[in-house]
Amino acid sequence: MLSRVAQNIYWLSRYLERADNLARFTQVHMQLMLDAPKFNKESTWLGFITILGDEEHFQRYYNFYNEQNVIEFISLDRNNPNSILSCIRAARENAKLCRDTITSEMWECINDAYLFVIKSKRARSHFNSYHFYDRIKQSSNLFIGLAHATMSRNEAWHFSRMGRVIERADKTSRILDLPSYHDTPYEALQWSAILKSISAFEMYLKLYHSVKHRDVVDFLLFDPSFPRSIFWCITRIKESLLAINKDSPSIKEMDDILTFLDSITTENVLGLDAHHFFDEIQLLLNNVDNAISQEFFRVC
Amino acid sequence: MNFINYQINGCFDEFFNSAGIPRHAALPLIEKINSLPIHALKQYQNAANLILERLGITFGVYTHKDSPEKIFPFDIIPRIIAADEWQQLELGLKQRITALNLFLQDIYSEEKIIKDKIIPQELIYSASAYRPFLKGFVPPGNIWIHITGTDLVRDKQGTFYVLEDNLRCPSGISYVLDNRAILKRIFPDMFGTMQVSNVNNYCEKLYNNLRNLKTTANKSKNIVLLTPGIYNSAYFEHCFLAKQMGIELVEGKDLKIIDGKVMMSTTHGFEPVDVIYRRIDDDFLDPQVFRKDSLLGVPGLMDCYVNGQVAIANAPGCGVADDKAVYAYVPQIIKYYLDEDPILPNVPTYLCHDPQQLNYVLDNLEQLVVKSVNLAGGYGMLIGCQSTAAERQQFAMAIKANPRNYIAQPIIDLSCAPTIIDHQLQPRHVDLRPYILFGEDVFVLPGGLTRVALVKDSLVVNSSQGGGSKDTWVLKD
Repeated sequence: MLSRVAQNIYWLSRYLERADNLARFTQVHMQLMLDAPKFNKESTWLGFITILGDEEHFQRYYNFYNEQNVIEFISLDRNNPNSILSCIRAARENAKLCRDTITSEMWECINDAYLFVIKSKRARSHFNSYHFYDRIKQSSNLFIGLAHATMSRNEAWHFSRMGRVIERADKTSRILDLPSYHDTPYEALQWSAILKSISAFEMYLKLYHSVKHRDVVDFLLFDPSFPRSIFWCITRIKESLLAINKDSPSIKEMDDILTFLDSITTENVLGLDAHHFFDEIQLLLNNVDNAISQEFFRVC
Repeated sequence: MNFINYQINGCFDEFFNSAGIPRHAALPLIEKINSLPIHALKQYQNAANLILERLGITFGVYTHKDSPEKIFPFDIIPRIIAADEWQQLELGLKQRITALNLFLQDIYSEEKIIKDKIIPQELIYSASAYRPFLKGFVPPGNIWIHITGTDLVRDKQGTFYVLEDNLRCPSGISYVLDNRAILKRIFPDMFGTMQVSNVNNYCEKLYNNLRNLKTTANKSKNIVLLTPGIYNSAYFEHCFLAKQMGIELVEGKDLKIIDGKVMMSTTHGFEPVDVIYRRIDDDFLDPQVFRKDSLLGVPGLMDCYVNGQVAIANAPGCGVADDKAVYAYVPQIIKYYLDEDPILPNVPTYLCHDPQQLNYVLDNLEQLVVKSVNLAGGYGMLIGCQSTAAERQQFAMAIKANPRNYIAQPIIDLSCAPTIIDHQLQPRHVDLRPYILFGEDVFVLPGGLTRVALVKDSLVVNSSQGGGSKDTWVLKD
């Protein structure tokens, strides 16, 4: 397929996944705030924005870390390139550019999501955050379902999948990087909320039966069959790369991550330098993204 | 909302004769609409509008960051053409396009029509779309105009005239096909009752015509559609057509000339391109030959073209044939190449570069429509009876400064068709653009784009200036 179009469909999927993860991430936090009023709200929201890497940006436009500001910043802020509105708009721009490659239903799905976000922005006073985030998740799920059901497993489909799972792996690593309230009554509360937000709660319980930080990390880092685990995502990237080009030079970057994951255990990760491990994963994923761009998205 | 209180307005109405009696072809639809519950029609129109918005059937006026592009307004009441009327139109269009293709062949080779003094040489050579670069070149199959959209209008007596040919990058077919699909969802039972001709084979025919374009390279075909990109007002149509034909949608930046061949940049390296369906004007196709500042084209493309390494539809250089001044000579062109009288008449046209005609035009601006020969979209136009004295004066100056650039025609009271305006059916002026494909045969699609001027009494139907569209039903016998 055309390099330019491969790039568009890759980024379309990344932006849509980003929006989906933002919606889930925000829902977790709102839930946690409700269930654990003893948390210092302001510092928790600050922590939330910090994990997303957006503190500088936030501080430019807002004075206080409170729910109203954070929700505005994450959901509808045009000035925030990582807001849901910005991501959906970027997804749609990319979809326009590869409109001949995705199926009509997939286009309609993105277009609907975009029209919904714009209307939500205009009707600001009626904004219902839960409904909004649910609708974003729905759109993402619909898009994935349509890609699954209406697209041949061609290169376009593989680039779409790669964009989606790279983004997902990155965002999952950020979710896992939250400070944990070990051995406190809040541990189960916190990690249940996180599992529920990424629709992982029920699958997790089938394997681990009770919610502990250690087991959640184990599940979301290493599980070979859950579609949100980092290991699962990495395996899919490699699969798609090989399907596109079995001699791809980018496989090396893939193998780097797999080797890294092989070299660590859940206990390592839970140690004092947990943050370092997740940082490393994000870095390695970045390398993969660069390698893919170099190999496939070259411009004339 | 129905036809019970419909008032005709003195123009030729497509649905009713001057006594207010329904025309035979439109009668079944009129009866159907009159039998619907009172709000049904409005509901159908709203449903259609929603579909358009969701599908993103737009034309680009790429302005404000957050507002979606403009939806091209679609009126669900179709325009109906009787089978016998269509027969004449079809014959006339086939004749016209055949003659124009012969004309292009001739002026880029022996120029017989100029030597025989049928058309003045300066008129051709001064046409901005005339490309001396292509003199002597024979395109595949000697076809110059693979796709044409000819605009037809109807006067008060119900006579069809050709208003102009569009054979550079004619657009609108995607609206034709989408409008039909939408109407099928809303008025399914009418189609069977009324025996409407099918329009869905357009893309298949076009694809086959493109595939059959042989070049010296003569390999298995990689066909692409070359688009200027998302900022072009017809981008939606480019995507649509690429999809319907299963061909790659490319931009200039995806293409490169390597070893004298056109190649496109893919995820597996460069792949050859054999046929380009281009939706970019000649001017922007190749900065080495045409406009040097073009970023939309491919440097070196024209060299590949004249060396027979790639086929291009519509052929570069074809624009001479739809220059508005050359238009005035089409009846003579038909006579010269086919030895026939034109089946479809031209609108009488005054050429301002002729001193006698120029004087007539300047003396009668108020009764005329004056057009710049190379603009489109209804721009650069003066409608005499709807203009102010100041506007007419301004135009007079422009004409005198560059007479070759202007033509004038009498104002035609275009025919009207019933259109949904708020909660009423009212007559609005319409024109018709059928599409003609030139391949092994000359194929006229039985249907076309009916454009409607939504503003009351407006004669300007173009999408960029407040026009909308209707589906066109050509009835089978």
